[in-house]
Amino acid sequence: MSGVERIEQLFGELKRSGSAAFMPYHAMGYPTRQQSLDVIAALAEAGADLFEIGIPHSDPLADGPTVQTATYAALVGGTTVADCLQMVRELRARGVEQPFCAMSYYNPVLAFGEERFAQAAADAGVDGLIVPDLPPGESELLEPACRAAGLATIYMLAPTSTEERIKSVARHATGFIYLVSVTGITGARDELPPGLQGFVERVRRHTDLPLAVGFGISTGPQAARVAEIAEGVIVGSALVKAAGSADWVSEVPTLARQLAEGSHRLAVD
Amino acid sequence: MTLTTPSPVNFGAVPDESGRFGPYGGKYVPETLMPALDELEEAYLNARNDQEFMAELAHLQHTYVGRPTPLSYARRLSEELGGAQIYLKREDLAHSGAHKINNALGQALLMKRKMGKTRIVAETGAGQHGVATATAAALLGIGCIVYMGTVDMERQKPNVFRMQLLGTEVRSVDSGSQTLKDAINEAIRDWVTNVETTHYLLGSALGPHPYPAMVRDFQSIIGLECYTQMQDPAEGGPGRLPDAIVACVGGGSNAIGIFHPFLEEESVRLIGVEAGGHGIEDGAHAARFADPERGRLGVLQGTKSYVLQDSDGQIALTHSISAGLDYASVGPEHAWLRDVGRSEYTYCTDTQTLEGFKALCELEGIIPALESAHAIGHVLELAPQMGRDEVILVNLSGRGDKDLGTVMQTLGGGSQ
Repeated sequence: MSGVERIEQLFGELKRSGSAAFMPYHAMGYPTRQQSLDVIAALAEAGADLFEIGIPHSDPLADGPTVQTATYAALVGGTTVADCLQMVRELRARGVEQPFCAMSYYNPVLAFGEERFAQAAADAGVDGLIVPDLPPGESELLEPACRAAGLATIYMLAPTSTEERIKSVARHATGFIYLVSVTGITGARDELPPGLQGFVERVRRHTDLPLAVGFGISTGPQAARVAEIAEGVIVGSALVKAAGSADWVSEVPTLARQLAEGSHRLAVD
Repeated sequence: MTLTTPSPVNFGAVPDESGRFGPYGGKYVPETLMPALDELEEAYLNARNDQEFMAELAHLQHTYVGRPTPLSYARRLSEELGGAQIYLKREDLAHSGAHKINNALGQALLMKRKMGKTRIVAETGAGQHGVATATAAALLGIGCIVYMGTVDMERQKPNVFRMQLLGTEVRSVDSGSQTLKDAINEAIRDWVTNVETTHYLLGSALGPHPYPAMVRDFQSIIGLECYTQMQDPAEGGPGRLPDAIVACVGGGSNAIGIFHPFLEEESVRLIGVEAGGHGIEDGAHAARFADPERGRLGVLQGTKSYVLQDSDGQIALTHSISAGLDYASVGPEHAWLRDVGRSEYTYCTDTQTLEGFKALCELEGIIPALESAHAIGHVLELAPQMGRDEVILVNLSGRGDKDLGTVMQTLGGGSQ
């Protein structure tokens, strides 16, 4: 089964059970190589449905301080693109079966070679690719490479996106569409933005793809509110922060379970 | 003016609609910013065809910036080197001390007249763009925040204080190498967050489309003035076009500004000078075109160009004695002009740069910015290889007051 099909299957199953997907992000190599693998395994046990695995970059211009600090530490620790793919292999060998979406800025992918990267990622067990600084229109090389390798091409939309941009993303995206809940960078926030529901509805008019909402979600109740309007709940900074704490062994699963319960609440009701 | 020979390359056709200069350029930004770039492009195209806007800008360039800036014949420097006759385009005499004001004023006026935004963010390396932006913001009554790496704040202290005096808030950037690249990341993060009220006033011919083309156009006033001045002895020119134009290249806005009006004059060599730092082999430099190992096609901060990077696509740390050239990428139009063979690039090490700096101080009574001293440093080498009847035009892009601390430290001056 290709990566795109695995992601489609996941959202299909969740839809039948009335759940939204809990989609945690983690920075590969943070705080150490081994611990990042353990964190992802712990998230998998605590109810994660799909992973975004961050490949570190020296210039993460869409990320807030928490993810910047984590990916910088991973780089300093010697994390390379090739090793990120090797870590995916090891996680598969450990029995982590959830779909993996690699999140990388464009330059590391370009340096690796777009076709070579797409194939190597798929071979390692990656199912989809998110490149935050590569909007449709600039992805004419990467998109066919992903298609050939069976990887989903996941694009982002923002509250500022015009109808025209939404249509363009809807044409190019496979797997799901990543909705950035606020104009801004990644990072935990207290409140969900008031315009979120309208934004989700605006996108929904142009696509049947699952919609996952990210940026700023950090608690179970927030996840539950997002789960009412979208098919996926993406959580990054709050979990990365927990993964970097001294007591990560209990903090990560505790927070992850709350977020998973929130995301899955429609099933619980 | 007629063209000397028809040109095989259509220089007027770049960038194309998607912002590409051949394989370079483009718009590699988070989705949140795409509408802002479209809006900026629309506002800019509108302004360019608006006579009232262009007249207001021209009026400010004349009555506030002091344009046209003079063309000076460097008699003693030319005699000392014994070769080509050297002319200096005096952007150091533009208000606020460098060519940066041409673009800062253009974009600030564009925002004020054509866009419904109220706040400016900018990055700065040497502080010259920050000062220019703070100046334009004060003139037009716009709130302004400038991001600056902590390393650069230390080495360009006078400019930090200048910006503050002009009413701008300078925010220090501690991430990464704490220099220009990191200041740009932080300015972009601010822009992404506040995009509905905020214009990002990018200071070089870099970043996503339409910045490289727009900044080039605002800076082309340098070359346009030179084109007339060089041919007119009453304006200080030799009465003809130059044989070579030399300019330093960080992002490359002063260079593209002086090159652009001469692109179709094939007899004019266009030479960009990158920061050679401690030398190419040493690795501590910012010469994107000169380092075959690390200078490769890449994407940094919204544009595809030559980027200094490691084999894993991580952006390399750069070094230059001048903060303004200390950057891992170069404007996409320079990469393209180099590919099509229209412009050539060389580099000047920190040491050669200081020789250029001293020569201009002692022989011409001009203290240049360390950025501009790279161009002079190369002229020390180039002029003697050329005939006495040949002419070099140098873009003296900024004045050196801001660099006195760095130069004193390096040359041990002020201690005797």
